[in-house]
Order: sequence, then C-alpha cells, then structure tokens
Amino acid sequence: MAYKHIGKDFTPHDVVAKVTGQAKYAEDFRAEGMVFCRLLLSPMPHGRVRNIDASEALKMEGVLGILTADDVPAIPAPNAPILTKEPMFVGEPILAVAAVDETTAQDAIEKIKVDIEPLPFTIDPLQSLFPGGPNARSDGNVGNVGIELQTLKWTAADFARAGEGKLPMGKAVEEWSYGDLDAAFAKAKIVYDETFVTASNSHHSMEPRSCMAYWQNGKCFVHASLQSHTYTIPQIAQYLGIDPQDVVLIAEYCGGGFGSKGSAYPSMAIPALMSKKLGRPVMMRISRAEEYFIGSARNGFQGRIRIGFGADGKVLGVDLFIVQDNAANNGFWDFRGAGEAVSLVYTPTAMRFRAVPVYTNLPSRTAQRGPGQNQMACIVEPLLDRAARELGIDRVEIRLRNAPVTGSPVGGERRPVTSAYVREALEKGAARFNWREKLRENGKRDGSKVIGVAVGQAYHPAGFFGFDGLVRITPDGKLHIHTGVGNLGTFSHSATARIAAEVLKVDWENCIVERGDSRRHLPWNIGQFGSNTSYTMSRTNYVAAMDALTKLKEIAARELGGSPDDYDVDGSRVFQKSNPSRGLGYGEAAQRAIDLGGRYSGHELPQDIHPITRASASALAGTGLIGVAKDTLPGGATAAFAVAFAKVEVDLETGQHRILEFLTVGDCGRVIHPMGLATQLKGGSVQGFGLACLEHIVYDPQNGLPANVGLYQAKPPTYLDVPAEMQWDAVDKPDPTSPLGTKGIGEPPMGAAAAALLCAISQALGGHVFNRTPVLPDMIINVAAGRSQSHKPLQVHTQ
Amino acid sequence: MNESDRGGAAALTAAAGEEAARYSRREFIKRVIASGAVASAAVYVYGGLQGCGRGPSVAGGVERLISLNVNGEVRRVDVLPQETLAMTLRYKLGLTGTKLGCDRAECGACTVLIDDVAHYSCSTLTHSVRGRKVVTIEGLAGPNGELHPVQQAFVDELAPQCGFCTPGQVMAAVALLRQNPRPTREEARIALSGNLCRCGAYDNYLNAVMRAAAQPSET
Repeated sequence: MAYKHIGKDFTPHDVVAKVTGQAKYAEDFRAEGMVFCRLLLSPMPHGRVRNIDASEALKMEGVLGILTADDVPAIPAPNAPILTKEPMFVGEPILAVAAVDETTAQDAIEKIKVDIEPLPFTIDPLQSLFPGGPNARSDGNVGNVGIELQTLKWTAADFARAGEGKLPMGKAVEEWSYGDLDAAFAKAKIVYDETFVTASNSHHSMEPRSCMAYWQNGKCFVHASLQSHTYTIPQIAQYLGIDPQDVVLIAEYCGGGFGSKGSAYPSMAIPALMSKKLGRPVMMRISRAEEYFIGSARNGFQGRIRIGFGADGKVLGVDLFIVQDNAANNGFWDFRGAGEAVSLVYTPTAMRFRAVPVYTNLPSRTAQRGPGQNQMACIVEPLLDRAARELGIDRVEIRLRNAPVTGSPVGGERRPVTSAYVREALEKGAARFNWREKLRENGKRDGSKVIGVAVGQAYHPAGFFGFDGLVRITPDGKLHIHTGVGNLGTFSHSATARIAAEVLKVDWENCIVERGDSRRHLPWNIGQFGSNTSYTMSRTNYVAAMDALTKLKEIAARELGGSPDDYDVDGSRVFQKSNPSRGLGYGEAAQRAIDLGGRYSGHELPQDIHPITRASASALAGTGLIGVAKDTLPGGATAAFAVAFAKVEVDLETGQHRILEFLTVGDCGRVIHPMGLATQLKGGSVQGFGLACLEHIVYDPQNGLPANVGLYQAKPPTYLDVPAEMQWDAVDKPDPTSPLGTKGIGEPPMGAAAAALLCAISQALGGHVFNRTPVLPDMIINVAAGRSQSHKPLQVHTQ
Repeated sequence: MNESDRGGAAALTAAAGEEAARYSRREFIKRVIASGAVASAAVYVYGGLQGCGRGPSVAGGVERLISLNVNGEVRRVDVLPQETLAMTLRYKLGLTGTKLGCDRAECGACTVLIDDVAHYSCSTLTHSVRGRKVVTIEGLAGPNGELHPVQQAFVDELAPQCGFCTPGQVMAAVALLRQNPRPTREEARIALSGNLCRCGAYDNYLNAVMRAAAQPSET
C-alpha cells in the first residue's frame, strides 16, 4: 500500500526554531517582576537537620523569602521529597531562598546556619546488607515501587558461603522463575557462574532542569524542562497541592532528559511554591553541579549470573541475581528490566530471577535509556561470545540460534511479544557490515594496536496502550493534531501526528501539530519515555483520526445523501466514491460540524476519555469537527530490538580504543520517519559508547563525597570518542498490533552499541571478559600486561 | 584567546580533558582576577556550582554603561565588572538563543563568535569584548529571516535532537567555515569537539557541516 506520509522524511516544525535560537527552553522565559531563587544543598551524605537559623539572611537587603521542608507538601517516603529535613545524599536540597537577584540569593544562602546531625551512611549496597551494616535511610534499607520499605540484613553465613569475589545471595525481595532450572543446567555443555558490576552514571542532560513559575487568577504557570507533557500535569498538581486543571504547563522544548525528565520531579515545585509565597514570578536556574545532584543517574548493579549453554550454543538455563543500588529514594526498577531482557533476548528454556533493591546515600536515580536492559546487554553479550568461542560457533550464529521471534515470551509472566525481528536485524546487519569478511581482521595486530570485530544486541519494550487522541478540523480546512506527548528531541511528536494525516489523507502543509503548552488543549497521553511514543501515540492519533473520519462521512451523507459508507476522503475532501465530484471540502465539513453541534463539534464527548482530554476537548468544542477517542485497540507486550556491529582498534600500551567502523540496525516495526529514526539509532549508540567505556559516578567511601561532578570528569562522549562516520539500517517490518505497524526504538540502540564495543574490546584482548562497566583504559592495560585488576570483583566506585 | 588556543584545547579534549579545561579557562580567570571581583564573580557565575560549598562572598561590583557590537548593532548596556558575556546576552539583551549548559567552559552550548572566532561566552567577561564584533545564533539569518547556509544544512540533515546544544554547534561550524571553507570531515570533527551533545547527534552534525561546506556560496 502506498502511503502519503508513512516512511517519508519531512521537516518537523521545531527544527528551524532549534537552529535559529528561537526555541524557548525553561530558562529562556521572563516574567514581569521575576525574582531568583537558590538552593542550599546538603554538605553531607546523611544527616538530620536540627536547626535552621536564617535570621541574618532574611535581614539582607533584597532577600524576599525562604522555603524549608516545613513549607512544602510532604511527599510520601521513599519518594524523593521537595525539600528535606533528613538529607540522604550530598547535594540534596534542604531549603531555598529567593531574592531580587541571583547573587543576593546566593549570598543569603551563605549566611544561613544549618545545624545537621550526621547519621550513618553507605555508598555500597552490599555494605548495607551486611549484618550490622549502615542503613541509608532511617526508615529502612530495602524497597522500590511495589516492594515495601523494610530493613533487610543478610547473615554472615550468606556472605561467607559466596566465597571470595562472588556475589553473596541472601534473601531476595522479588523473585520469579519458570522451567526446570536444575534440568537445564544438567543438560548444559558449558555453565558459567559470573559475578558482575555495572556502574551508575549520571544522565547529565545538556539543559539543567531550571524552572520558572508564577500564579495568575488561581492558576499556576510552570515553565519546565520535561520530556513529557500531559502525563506530568497530575504529578505537578500533587507537588503543588492544587487541582490538575489549575496547572498551566509550558514545556515546548526540553534540552535532553534520557529518562530523567519523563515524569515531574520534586525540584520543579520549588519556584512555584516560592512564587505562591512571594506573589512574584520565580526563576530557579539549576547549575551543572546541581543537575548532577538532583538530575538523576542510572541504577548500578552488583549481580551474579549462572548461564548454561547446550552444545549447539542454545541458552538452556539462566539464574540471575541482582543487587540494585537504588540511591537514596525509590529510583527506578532497572532490576525488573534486567530480568525481562535476559528472558527474552536469549530465550532460555528455564530461568530464575531474584533481586534486592538497596538504598544508598547517593543522588536520586531515575530510568536512564534502557534501564536494566542495557546493563544486561553489557554483561551477557560478552558471555555469549565466550560460549561461541568454546563451542566453535560463529558469534552471529549463536545469536540467531537464541533469537526471540514474534510470540516469544518475556519475563516471569511469560507474556508473548507482539513482534520480534531480531533474526532479520542480525542477518541484515551481518550482510551490510560484511561480517564474514571483516572477521578476518579480528585479532590482527599492528604494533601495539589490535583489531576487534564484534556484534551486540539489546531490547526494550516499545509502547503502551489505553491513552487518548484528539484531532480537530477547522473551517479553514486545516487539520490540527493535538498531542500531549513531550518533545524529547526525537521529532516523534510530529512523526506520530502524521498517522492522523495519513488516515484523513491531508497534505502535511495543511496540518498543525498542537503541543507543548496546556493552553493549546492537549489530550491525555503517556510521557515521552520508554521507547513508547511511536507505538502509543500512533494508536491515539489513529483512533482520533478514525473518529474524525467517521464524522466526516456522516456529515457528507447527511448533506449529499446516501450512507456514510458511500464516501471516501482524499486531498482534504470527503466525496462520493461513485461520483468524486460530489463532496465537501474539510473546511465546509468542519463548519457543518459546528452547526450540527453534539458529538460533531465536541459538545458531546465519549464517556471513557480521561478528565484532561475531556477538559481539552470541551475547551475546543464549537471550533471545528472534533475527533476524540480513547485507544481501546487490542495491544500486548511490545518489544523493540537493535543489533550493532563494530570494528574497533585497541591500543594495548595506552588502553585507548578507536571505533573504526560501526553499523546499527533497528527492529522498530514499520518506519514512519527515516531521518528521525536515524538520529535515534545513532544517538543512542553514542550514549552506548559512554555507558561501555567512559561514564560512571565515583564516591569516596570514607566521607560519601562525589569525585566527578562536572562534565569533564563524568565523561559523556565527545566528537572524538565516537566513530567519524556511523551507519544505520532498519528491518522495517510492521508490528501487527500497531494500526500502521509502528513501534518504538529509542533505547535498544544504546545497549546494542555498548555491547558491540565491549565485545570488540574483548575480542582484541583474546576473549577476556571484564564482567564490569565501564571498561576503562587501565583495565585494558592490566589485561594486556597480564596483571590483575586494581579493583575487587564486587567493588563499586572504583577509580 | 585566539583560534589556535581554541583548536589546541579541542585537540586535547580526548586525551586530557582536565588539562584542556584549565587551558581554555586560563584567560577568563586572569581577567576575573584583573576585575578585582574574584569572590563575587564566583558567586554570581558559579554560584552553587560547588553545590554544597560555603565560600566567602562580597557584594557585587558597580555596573558600568558600555557599548557592545552585537549582531551588527551597537547595544548600550550596564555591565558588572565580573559579568560574563553569556549572562549579558541572555539577561540584558534578550538573546536567549545562547545556552548555558555548564557555565564553566565544559560543554560549548554558549558558543558565540567574537571577531569571527568561536568563544565560550560563559567564560568570556563582557567588558573584554568592547570594541569587538560579537555574533550570536540570532545574528546569522538574513534580513528576511532566510537561514544561513549552515543553519539550512542543519535543517536539511535533521541534525539536532533536543536542540539545546544546537546554537553552539551552529556557531562552532560557522567559525570553522570562515577559517576553512572546505574542511575535511576529520577537520570538522576536531573543530567542533569543544561542543558536547548528550543526544549523541555528532554524526548528523558532521553531515550537516560537510553539506554546508559543499555549498558554493558559503562564506
């Protein structure tokens, strides 16, 4: 079938604003009478605030007010508070001061005396699980979303039983299993039992989460940095203690989030609450260091995997245990993603998964691109290569033999995935990369430099269902696609809007994407995270467009006779199939809809839509033909995959590497927007290189202080850390549950690229497996020199 | 700071990031010291960058009215001795296209042209650019809004993702092409290496620079 828009490139409306500097991010807004606020951050990893003496500060000229934990809504523990009396990491906000300018606000902060009683702290989950070990929180040391906050200590015997360098495995708080694990391991030709560590790394979005807010006529106007839009409104309302209808959110642009700005976050409540107190607009600029402290990081793992392979390379059994570093608050459930990823990507015949998420006195965690899935890609892919070598199987072949297919089960619930084309991705990639030919270079040495050639793969769910769509045709004939999804920079707000244009057969120049500002009346959509937009919002825009299509045909039948089925649409016209000259332009039909009223004009709305959609559609009622619907289409467990191929040169003397050639291939369903897909595949890969070989957070165990706050120390990849040219491709096979076959892709390319790089380094080192991320130059030198590593196998915060 | 300084810093980035950081900030720090406003500059510009630091502080200096040449116009503006160009542009001249990603010469989001050379405006004191030509992202498009060839190439290649680093990337690319209208991809990569992109859009940005360089009319 020939599509008008699907699979074709276009110029998204926001790209011109981005290259001209006209795109306004949160810190670019000003308001009459705007003042500034600054934060006082905890200087210690864990303590109790005994007293705050702000008297000197409040006497200063220009100082307008202070906000402490007593002045803000309490957030139920263990979720992160807005301001705290029990700081649980260095850099946690204790109070905020507002002044006429930022300098005065900061000077006032310096004059405030905060008396904090130090409490025990930990930066290592295993230390907290040890009998008598410190708890990061005074109310417990273990928990997560869906796991009760509790104190859990393993026994000394648990630790002793593990043996030197092996992860102890005491009581788990989450567990699932399927199949006969003992039988699987008994049948296996090779069984590895590996202990591993994946470091936490900071999101470090380029735009720090600055925020400006003010109140007008009882409504709170919030200019924030968010990847999502309507999804965050009820959360913001909760932070502010107001009705969602009283939040006006302006978040048209977001300078990067990668998971850390997917939901509302506590700090964005501060300017709004301060503004309420002062009666003036308040800007809170967040510095790079503050972004490090409150801007979130990926959850780190200390884990153990027992994995058994049959003689044919088939993964028979997996026993996975993960101790997750939650940081001080709930963070994210990366451990769940880890278990699901291993169950799906390697399709073991039997598997057991156990996990313990442990609180530590480290900066808050949120999902970071491929939370859990990408850590496991870094750990399991090199083990797959090790098995392939021992069994004499090609490394692409062993992946083909284990690859999931459509309907393969995921996780403990064994839900079948709606589509999986990993085999196709591997085959396409191997052919395009010229895998067999390139393998001849694998291990080739030139002086101190050795070539490694490798493949990696990763997975992430690819979309949700059950949200709302809202479109509007106005009397000028334009199609307005209202979308409540955010703008993370993927351009998928518009790529998925084109689904509605496709259904209604409207040229793109006659489409207007309404987004980014509550005043544009947006529907209830999930956030822009979890690689979901291309699936979830294709569905919502599809059902809303189908509703509009039905109404267009009904109106035409009413006007021109016959039944609605006698009509079709194209070129912004609804016309009789038998006599295409008989029809109505979309503008005329929109005017008729307004005249007819009721459900045509949005005055009557479906019962099942979300209150936010209802409010938006009601506000638009009478302005045109309204198409509005909840997505009730059949859905399922979606899955996106990426594979990556890399040729890497490793210098055994310096430990440095260069990626000489790189190709990534996505299984993202039908491609809607090729150029947008390319940016996701390549950009995700760049982040993968950072995950594999550059980035981690480091704390001093003695004092709980951070060692690498700034960008130079955190080391996100630069131009010089990535290949000079990157190649991409896509399987381009539709997902059967998505109306036009689309599904997400944002996260897997990162894990696939990280795995390909780690596997290539492993190849260059004769198959050495590190069981750790990131792999840093000193670790490579140690292997090349035959020396043992300077860290212990379970050590965190190395270097 | 001259072009070779900047190129030098870029080349050092991969091998010795911290060295490069000190190198590119040396001039800035020297000038801050010369302005006699070390402590208050640290508060105003770096306020809270230590996050939990409780350093000493003094009141800011006195504003002085100066003339700046920005985007071809002479702008009169009151400037503090310790004020950075990024803050003047963003908070006094309304030019918010110049972004602050780190405020400490690490990321390049604040890159502007000073006499056709790319500079980090977060680490340039405003009083030091008197009598010099400052061009920001807002100063590139033509009188009727027609995009500069570099901007057009960035659109054509769908180079940005989140867009926050994009103005800096564009300015670095414009500076490169003024010095070297026909760079190799490797030269472009080095020239832009002082500009971080967390979305990882480097390949697309380089494609855009090479596309712009291939334009016959690029100046």
